[in-house]
Amino acid sequence: MLTKRIIPCLDIKEGRTVKGVNFVELRDAGDPVELAKIYSDEGADELVFLDITATVDKRKTLAELVTKVAKAINIPFTVGGGISTIEDVKVLLNAGADKISINSSAVKNPQIINDMAAEFGSQCIVVAIDTRNVDGIDFVHTHGGRKATLLKTQAWAQEVCDRGAGEILLTSMDHDGTKAGFSNELLAEISSALSIPVIASGGAGTMAHFKDVFTFGKADAALAASIFHFKEIGIPELKRYLVDEGVSIRS
Amino acid sequence: MKIAVIKYNSGNVQSVLYALERLGADATLTDDPELIRTADKVIFPGQGEASTAMRYLKERKLDGLIKDLKQPFLGVCLGLQLLCEHSEENDTECLGIFPVKVKRFVPENSQEFKVPHVGWNELENLADNPLLKDLPANPFVYYVHSFYAELSEFTIAQTHYIHDFSGILHRDNYYAIQAHPEKSGLVGEKLLSNFLSI
Repeated sequence: MLTKRIIPCLDIKEGRTVKGVNFVELRDAGDPVELAKIYSDEGADELVFLDITATVDKRKTLAELVTKVAKAINIPFTVGGGISTIEDVKVLLNAGADKISINSSAVKNPQIINDMAAEFGSQCIVVAIDTRNVDGIDFVHTHGGRKATLLKTQAWAQEVCDRGAGEILLTSMDHDGTKAGFSNELLAEISSALSIPVIASGGAGTMAHFKDVFTFGKADAALAASIFHFKEIGIPELKRYLVDEGVSIRS
Repeated sequence: MKIAVIKYNSGNVQSVLYALERLGADATLTDDPELIRTADKVIFPGQGEASTAMRYLKERKLDGLIKDLKQPFLGVCLGLQLLCEHSEENDTECLGIFPVKVKRFVPENSQEFKVPHVGWNELENLADNPLLKDLPANPFVYYVHSFYAELSEFTIAQTHYIHDFSGILHRDNYYAIQAHPEKSGLVGEKLLSNFLSI
């Protein structure tokens, strides 16, 4: 049976992890390769690296990092952050990334989704959507959730699917950082409407939240950062819990 | 041991090379017929679209070469599909090593079954075969695909998604796996090292 995926997310700046991690096993808390290896060994199903480096020049460091990660780990990983051209994608896939994730650039120029899917195949194009509820309506936001758009989240999700995205990474800005649970209602609505997998992000605080997002939220995968980095929840214990709760999980 | 990884217009062969490197194996990415013919092992990886890949192989006369090889040969993902008889992906005649048809997943219920089939799924009904030696029962491997090979007498492991399909095929010196062993953790490493020991 196809299993639900648990995906730790690492924020990267100039080739180093940021936002802090609290792993006693780590010799160097900033080394993304070392952290990736630990997560992979612990049973993470996939990894996401989100590059928040601002300058183009320093983004060369990202391709070098991707190669190091690809050499070190034997599970799939996605790279996102500031990707806007076919050339950006080519560089990262050639460096060893399995998938790339685009966000603001897809909102600005939706045709890029079609172009990237045609060039590299849908399977490696993830479209990340940041959403926020404004007066009862879910709107797409860009630039890390700071900038509102007039796109309704459900309609945009359908459009990126129709344009050839392979997966959607849906982050609820309302839930992100609250540790109060994922945005299950919206996730279920979008996941049910779409023919492609949906990765849920934003709001993970307890192990029960993961069970809820896979059952009520109908998510195919769940992503989280700080609760893993600060060892509030360990991946092995989370997976044991989910198996006990009857969720289909790779153990 | 000389390992040739066939170079053609497919994506992400780099991961296969890195996985072999982790196993301490020295592999060469090549489309040179002589290097492929004289290699001890040949790996045919791939991600991409069937008709474009077949056209590329024919233009470089790699299609005939692949069919004539005698050494252990491993097709991965699109590599498995191209070794079959025919693919529904753009109605493509393939190499025909396995007399098997490749079909598109058609979910009856899109809420329950998404396409592509992405993620970790089990290999079941493992045959007694050197490629599957010392694997745990129902091991998990990582899949990303929209097309699948039907079950056949050459199926040595199957996977269930919407229905059963061929997870791994074997005929003579040809082996083929639909999942990505290079991305399938320890199970994937074992599959690759088993192949290198055949």
